[in-house]
This record gives sequence, C-alpha cells and structure tokens, in this order.
Amino acid sequence: MAMPLETPISFANVGRIRWWQRGIFASQTGYVLLALLGLLIAMHFASPYFFTQGNMQNVAKNFSFIAIATLGITFVIITGGIDLSVGSMMCFSAMITSMVMSGLSTPGMPGASLFVHLAADGKTVVANVPGLILIVSILAGLVTALIVGLVNGFCIAVLGLSPFVTTLGMLSIVRGLGYVVSNGRGSFPGGPDADYFYALTSGDLFGVPAPFIYLVFLAAVMAIVLHHTSFGRHVFALGGNEKAAELTGIPVVRVKIEVYVICALAAGLQGIIVSGWLGSAPANMATSYELNVIAAAVIGGANLAGGVGGPLGAIVGCVLLEVIRNGLVLAQVSSYWQQTLVGVIIILAVLVDRIRSRIV
Amino acid sequence: METAGAVGQPVLELTDIGKEFGAIRALHGVDMQVFPGEVVGLMGDNGAGKSTLVKIIAGNFRPTHGEVRFAGNAVHFYRPIDARAVGIEVVYQDLALADNLTAAANVFLGRELKRKFGPFAFLDHNAMAARALELFGELRSETRPHDLVKQMSGGQRQAVAIARTRLSNARLVMMDEPTAAISVRQVEQVLSLIHRLKEQGVAVMLISHRMPDVFAVCDRVVVMRRGEKRADKSIRDTSPEEVTALITGAKEAA
Repeated sequence: MAMPLETPISFANVGRIRWWQRGIFASQTGYVLLALLGLLIAMHFASPYFFTQGNMQNVAKNFSFIAIATLGITFVIITGGIDLSVGSMMCFSAMITSMVMSGLSTPGMPGASLFVHLAADGKTVVANVPGLILIVSILAGLVTALIVGLVNGFCIAVLGLSPFVTTLGMLSIVRGLGYVVSNGRGSFPGGPDADYFYALTSGDLFGVPAPFIYLVFLAAVMAIVLHHTSFGRHVFALGGNEKAAELTGIPVVRVKIEVYVICALAAGLQGIIVSGWLGSAPANMATSYELNVIAAAVIGGANLAGGVGGPLGAIVGCVLLEVIRNGLVLAQVSSYWQQTLVGVIIILAVLVDRIRSRIV
Repeated sequence: METAGAVGQPVLELTDIGKEFGAIRALHGVDMQVFPGEVVGLMGDNGAGKSTLVKIIAGNFRPTHGEVRFAGNAVHFYRPIDARAVGIEVVYQDLALADNLTAAANVFLGRELKRKFGPFAFLDHNAMAARALELFGELRSETRPHDLVKQMSGGQRQAVAIARTRLSNARLVMMDEPTAAISVRQVEQVLSLIHRLKEQGVAVMLISHRMPDVFAVCDRVVVMRRGEKRADKSIRDTSPEEVTALITGAKEAA
C-alpha cells in the first residue's frame, strides 16, 4: 500500500471556516441579539419614554427577575435535560428564607434567643449580631434549593427517570410543600435584618439595580465555567452525545446531578431576590414562571435537544421578553397581547435558526 | 505485508474466555494472542460473539470464565476506564464523538489538559490544540483542531476518534467497524491510519465485515462463529473465499 510522503501536513482539501460561519455569528444567540438591537432602536423612535433612565432601570430590574433562574436552567438545557420545577423552587426558597428570618427575629420562637434580644423598652427587637439572621435565613433558602436539586438530580441521573416527568412531579411537590409550611398564607421577611434584606434585593448601587449586578456577576462566572473548565466541557459533551461522554470516562452521573443542583440554587436565589422586591413571599408566587424561564432560554439560543447554549443567550432572551412587554405597555397596547407575541417570537427564533443552518 | 512485530511477548493474551448471559452462551473457550505492532482482523457474522469479545477486552463486560492477561499481567476490568488505564483503547463504531465540540475538545474529552490558578483549574486550550494538531499530523489527516466535529467528513471523524487513542500511548487499539459508513477515499485514509499505528508498535484489532479491508491491512485473521473461535490464520495462508466459508459455516474450522 502506498504511504503518504513524510511532509508537513497541508490543508489542501480542507478549507478554513469563515469567521462569519462560526462562533456567535453563526448562532441563534447572534441573530436574536441583532433582532434585539433592532427592536431597541425601533422602540426609541416609537416612544420618547423608552430610553429614559427610569424606564431603563425598570427594564434592567424586571428582566433580572427571571434571568438568574434562566442562567441556571441553561446548564440543564445544555445537557439535554429540562427542569420544570423552577417556578415552584423560586417560591419555596423565598418562603423558607422569609419564614426563617421572621422566626429567628421573634423572641420566644425556638432558637430565636441565639439571634435576638429585646431592647430595654421591652418592645424593640435588637439583633445580637447585625446581619447574622440575614445570612442564616438566606442560607436556609438556598439549602432547601440544594436539597430539591439533589433529589431531582438523583432521580434523573441515578434512577434514570425522565427529566420532564421528574421535574413535573417536583413542580407539584415543591409548590405543595410551600402551601403546607405557610398554610397557604404568604410570609414576610421581618425583624431587625429586614432592612438589609430589602437593600440587598431591591436596592441599587449608583443607580444600577442590585439584581442586575448579581446577574452580570453570575453570567460572567457561568461563561468562565462553561468554556474554561472541564466541568463546562463535560456539560456540553453530555448534551452533544451522552453515550460518547460515558465511554470517554466523563462522570456522567455526577455532572447531571450537579447541573440540577445549580439550576435549583439559581432558582432559589432568584426567588429570594424577587421576594425582596415584592416585600413578601406569597404561596402562589412565581406560578408558571418555569415557562417564562424556559422560553427565555430557548429564544436566546439554548437548544432543548442539548449541546448548545450559554449565558449571553440566556440574558438576551430575558431582555427581549422584557423589552417587548415594556414596549407594549409604552405603546399602550393591551398587555394581553404580550403572551401571544412571546409565543410567536419563540417559534420565529427557532425557525430563523433552522433556515440559517440549511443555507450556510 | 510483514509480520515483523509478531515476536516476543504478546500484548494481549486470552485464555479460555467464556461469557454467558443467563441461558445464552455468547462466548465459549476463546484463546487468543495479539502481539505488539500486529494488526489482527476479527471477523464473524452478526451474533458470532465478536462484540462480546471486544466488550470483555474493553472492560464493558466481565468474562464468566477464563483469564485476560495484558502485557504479561492478569487483569480484571470493572469499567471501560480500567481498561484504558492499562493501555487499551477502543474506537467505537459510532466513534463516540460529541458533534457540538471541536476536534481538539473531542480528542481530550474526559482527560482535558488544565492549568492551575490558585484553587481553580482552567482548560489549557492552546496546549490541547497544539497536541491535537500534532496527533492529526502523525495520522496525516487534514483536520483543524478548532473545527467543530459536526462540520467534518467521515474520514476526519475517524482521525479524531483515532487521535484520541494516541493520547495515552495505548498499546492495543480495537477498532469496531471503522470503515462501515464512509466513502472509498476515506476508507483508504482509515487504512493508512491503521498503518501509522502499526508503525509505532501499537497492536490493532480490526473488527470488520469488509473482506477487502481486512486483507489490505491485517497480518492475521481470527474468525468467530457461534461464540467460538473457528480459525486463527496468517493472512498469507488464507484467502477471502476460505474466510467467507468459515464465517458462514460452510467450512467448520481451520
């Protein structure tokens, strides 16, 4: 058999992929980002109020309220899974946080004496260590989310149940538990640390809403984790070809559990932040938010079949949804149209991507 | 075709390997040796026990009885990673590639090169791309490390899957139907990749249905039928007609 000559390798038969055919330029995220910029310009001409500072702050705050959860679910979607329990998780974590916070701040409640004492007037409650209650209660909310995420991950990765069914069940279980612990009533963050809580969740820093700052930070961390760590690479590999991932020795079970835990933690954190803005955690909070969160992720380019997605896409999807909502309000269009339009955009975004991938 | 490598200690030695799945006897009394730098063709009809044998060597299954010796030592594999740890690599029929990742990412999947920054370890993209390019060069494949696998030809995909086996200096590479689904020109490429491995002293086991490929690259052919080894002959002492007869059962054993 003829052997090839021992010359340096040349790429005579293999062309280089052009810059506009790879990376973000060839992704749904890129196209949706372009559409978003177009929409922003159109909004500027349609309404003089759109680019005012107040409205921008409003938009930034509103989309941050689903964007952190969207970052979390993007991990799950990249592995080819789905998490429908996001909305319930938001509510339950928020509820646990505010219940723990008010519980620990009420003298006479179990454990409260460690954290608070009554002031000399016998009425004012004073924290022993300012901020400690806040930390403990937020941790309580996040640990709850962690446990739910572990259960989801265990059922899906170890027991091999379908992600859709498992998390559909979890949606109901967690929402139900929320009603059980609160007896159907809402709970309110209260006590001496409540002011810190509100400052951290619905306050702002130099005019930038706090949730937006958390979002940017978490998105940056997520980008690094996805593209520059082996965990991120395994997440993509799992979505691309699960069998290959298994055969190449990737710890598939562990990675799967981890993504569901990340998703639940993100939802829990999101819920806690939203409850700070609402001023309470009602038992029906964030009902059906899982659909908004999944819609935002999908519009931003995460592929439900797995293997594709990222933080930029998640944020772009959330911004697009919020700008449309905001724009319809400013244009005085009935807000009932919003849902219809969101549905149209989901289908359009996926359709454009399908057409593009056939042409290029 | 030389069998110069077929001297000294066998890299893989199977003794009386048997495997039962419940009442089904998939393999029975298989003895086999593979030497360094040797290309052995493993042939047989569907259900002859080829895949079971490969899966036992690769650590997917444990044999019901018999002994596997690798490089002189008895080995017991519980998972595919155990087999890989001693130097057995498998190129699977569907190649086990993640389409959405780049060639370099696929080569290093599961054993990424990392750089430490304090408590964090980040992927070393440059080192992986450079090493992958080197491996593709060794295999004479025109494959760019940064290209996505989904944009590649069948031959390039094979090169990526084979490059993966070169990472750890494997001593035995098993290839399951590497030429089943690719074009004629790409078959040539894959066969020359097998030659590259042989040149470097790697033992190759080629599982294939395609008689011309086996006769083009193999030094020896092993024929399985009904869970037993029916023939183990140097390629010079046999012919495609004889092998076909052995596979179909027209000739019982040789």
